Amino acid sequence: MRSPYRFTLMGVAALALAAAGCSSGSSSTSSGGVNWATVTSASSAGGMSKLVAAAKKEGTLNVIALPPTWANYGTIIKTFTTKYGIKVDSALPDGTSQQEVDTIKQKNGTAAAPDVVDVGVSVALANTSLFAPYKVSTWSAIPAAQKAPDARWYNDYGGYMAVGYSSKFGTITSLNQLLGPKFKNAVALNGNPTAANAALNGVMMANLAVGGTAASISKGVSFFHDLKAKGNFSPVSATGATIKSGSTPVVFNWDYLNLPSYVGVSNWKVFIPSNAVLGGYYAQAVNKNAPHPAAARLWEEFLYSQAATGGQNLWLQGGARPVEQVAMTGNGTIDKAAAAKLPPVAGTPLFLTQGQNTSAANYLAANWAKAVG
Amino acid sequence: MTVAASTGAGARPVRAGRLPRLPAWLGTLPFLGYVGVFLLWPTGILVVDAFKNPSGSWNFGSLSTLYSPAVRGYFIGSFKLCVLSAVAGAVFGALVAYAVASGKPDGVVRRLSVAASGVLAQFGGVTLAFAFQALIGPAGLLFHAGWYYNFPWGITLIYTYFQIPLMVLVFLPAIDGLKVQWREASESLGSSTWQFWRHIGGPLLAPAFFGSLLLLFANALSAFATIQAWENQIAYTVPQQIGTALSSEVGLANVNAADVLAFGMIVMVAIVMTGYALLQRRAARWLR
Amino acid sequence: MAAVTSLGETPLAGAAARRPQGMQRRRRRRLNAFRYVVFTLFGLFVAAPLLAMLRFSLEGTKLGTWSLTAWKQIVSYPGLAGAVALTLELAVITSIVMVVLLLPTMIWIKLRVQWMSRAFEFLCLLPLTIPAIALVVGLAPVYNRIQHYSLSALQLFWVYVVLALPYAYRALSSGLDAIDATTLAEAARSLGASWFTVMFRVIAPNMWQAILNALLLTGALVLGEFTIAYLLLYNTLQPALYSISRNTPNAGVVFSTSMASLLFAFALLTILSYAGRQRRRG
Repeated sequence: MRSPYRFTLMGVAALALAAAGCSSGSSSTSSGGVNWATVTSASSAGGMSKLVAAAKKEGTLNVIALPPTWANYGTIIKTFTTKYGIKVDSALPDGTSQQEVDTIKQKNGTAAAPDVVDVGVSVALANTSLFAPYKVSTWSAIPAAQKAPDARWYNDYGGYMAVGYSSKFGTITSLNQLLGPKFKNAVALNGNPTAANAALNGVMMANLAVGGTAASISKGVSFFHDLKAKGNFSPVSATGATIKSGSTPVVFNWDYLNLPSYVGVSNWKVFIPSNAVLGGYYAQAVNKNAPHPAAARLWEEFLYSQAATGGQNLWLQGGARPVEQVAMTGNGTIDKAAAAKLPPVAGTPLFLTQGQNTSAANYLAANWAKAVG
Repeated sequence: MTVAASTGAGARPVRAGRLPRLPAWLGTLPFLGYVGVFLLWPTGILVVDAFKNPSGSWNFGSLSTLYSPAVRGYFIGSFKLCVLSAVAGAVFGALVAYAVASGKPDGVVRRLSVAASGVLAQFGGVTLAFAFQALIGPAGLLFHAGWYYNFPWGITLIYTYFQIPLMVLVFLPAIDGLKVQWREASESLGSSTWQFWRHIGGPLLAPAFFGSLLLLFANALSAFATIQAWENQIAYTVPQQIGTALSSEVGLANVNAADVLAFGMIVMVAIVMTGYALLQRRAARWLR
Repeated sequence: MAAVTSLGETPLAGAAARRPQGMQRRRRRRLNAFRYVVFTLFGLFVAAPLLAMLRFSLEGTKLGTWSLTAWKQIVSYPGLAGAVALTLELAVITSIVMVVLLLPTMIWIKLRVQWMSRAFEFLCLLPLTIPAIALVVGLAPVYNRIQHYSLSALQLFWVYVVLALPYAYRALSSGLDAIDATTLAEAARSLGASWFTVMFRVIAPNMWQAILNALLLTGALVLGEFTIAYLLLYNTLQPALYSISRNTPNAGVVFSTSMASLLFAFALLTILSYAGRQRRRG
């Protein structure tokens, strides 16, 4: 005999389930008098020990878009957690810089908002209103050109755009070799140049190598057009899986993402053209409304610490060039073995300005799909 | 007593404690409210924002970007892909639907086919792209199809994989509606199979067939996940470009541009779906 | 649709019986041949990628070997187990909310507010015209409002119900059309039933199979949904698989998880299509 209230109960149960999903998170806590969200440097709030204590009390750190195999982030996160006992919640490992700031905006005011972000410089420049000014203890070790004067963002690590390739192709000494017949379906970028920073820089590096200038990326686009016409351009976006399986034996990517250890292929080689040393650094920033402001600041201190197991050296071990490299080489705190493993770079490094970045992006938006589609 | 009350003779219900008579349509309010908030409101937002600048000011000329060569390219790419996969899905799907419908109505084959179609029509996206890459991609098990990454051929094949089951699901009721007696009647008058289909079955099923084809077209137009996982270095279609416009980290992220593209896409799909609705209505006349 | 075949059969049946049996048999044979060919080809086409996926899911660390690692990783892979659980919960919630929202409304409209049925059908099929990739662009502001009250990714169910509307509507309306709802309702009302009783004790039980169908189609949609979750930056099953495939050399777990979810949905649909059948009377 069916109860007439069975369906009412079902409805109530459904609503209860929905309500259960609506569990509200805990609001951010401030510790003992200091409002860590407004702290601009550790020393002004009572020193590192106070910062560590406050961060431990918060207990969690929200990070975003940090793939474990990117510049050794997996080890960095683990080291941080072991050292301070703070749980690191890593969201959206595959996200782009734009998605990082979008998440800050979307999750603003909730306990899941990212505390810190690691974004491309153009995204950082466009979103400084979201960031809090904070100067790490090693602030002076960061070159002036690589930090915002108001300390809302600062470069963290970087590398040079390189061509990684399987040694079955011999040795590559010039990009024009890639137009040869043995590279059929072999050459890949890491993403869509109109969407991904690494891909845009890949095209720009090719542009510089074949004689173009930083002001105009057209020669780079033509180069990829030629690659495609010869059947050498692989539309498969290079990922760890495709490199391992051999689908993309030639990859344009940052040199720290072209390490044999990262790539997992032992006979992987790296080539940086001497006339196209295109550098790119990423930038750290602290969320103005971080749910865990003390933990966020402690994370930054950790990343910029020059200790042997500090962030700078850990990045170096991941093949990336830490921003304090010059200062650390000077005062001897650099991990010499890891520094020696970096790919040799001949020629003067070039960094794109914001304007050059924008005009390259606009040119790509209008011409990329046509050129290689 | 209750009969009189339910036929609305104006008398108040005799039963005590009941609610006073409210207009019946109020019972649909929860549904209308829900759809209003989660379907109509976002659509409204995107239509309005399509005419705005990132700074928030009005930009009524923004639709002109739909004519720019790059955007035209995306729409043409989408169109090519959708036409090819819709036609392939419709033709093969109709054959499969006929094979299913001509079996036992309650048999295992029919049951399994309908269940499989229900699942496979939803099986798209990331996993399907990888399945095909496993089959005919560069490291493919079956063979390496050189055209796998050519637009639109490789991705059309993948789309057809879920278009055929969708066709089966949508077209099967129409074939079921072809009454047995019509076939028998035409047979008894001496027609051959070809004549039956040419003069009776074909014209009867045509509205439903073309309607379903339009539905498949709209389905292909909306697909994003599959093509995103297939390759993501070049944006060929409108959905891919919307994705880029939302998440680009090289300064090209522009929600308003995404709005314009989405608006254009909705118009295109709306036209197609209107055609579908009209054809369905025609089909229903004969085949209900 | 269960065609009234008794009409007109008598005069024709005699003629058909006199017809040479060969014609019927030949047609039947041709038809059977056609069916075999179609099912074989279709079966191969459907099975081939699935088999390739299965093979890749059983791949060992060296190409060419066999191993069950990928299947075991479904529960142990970091981030994946959480995404799977989340998606399953979302599927359940979405299906229930869908039926709770749609079924009473549909019955109500059919019985009491027929003039709305056209508009209602239009609204239910509207999500086909406003695809997820377009909807998501306008959805972020709406979701920002909701998120102020909650954090859970389970909030995705609000929009998933909208996405699944056309499919659930179709399933439920075919069930509703198959029974003579108006007559049943009038009969029940004449016996003194309230509208609530009519809807939930008379009509709905006669539609069990359609309801189950709607539940499962909705669930299948949620399991496979990528676009909105990915662009709204949630980590459900499909975005998690996408992310894993881009960051991991050995992505066998992508294939094993997809196979598992496919088999799961297929098994449910098959079982419930049999279970529903037994319930139907007469």
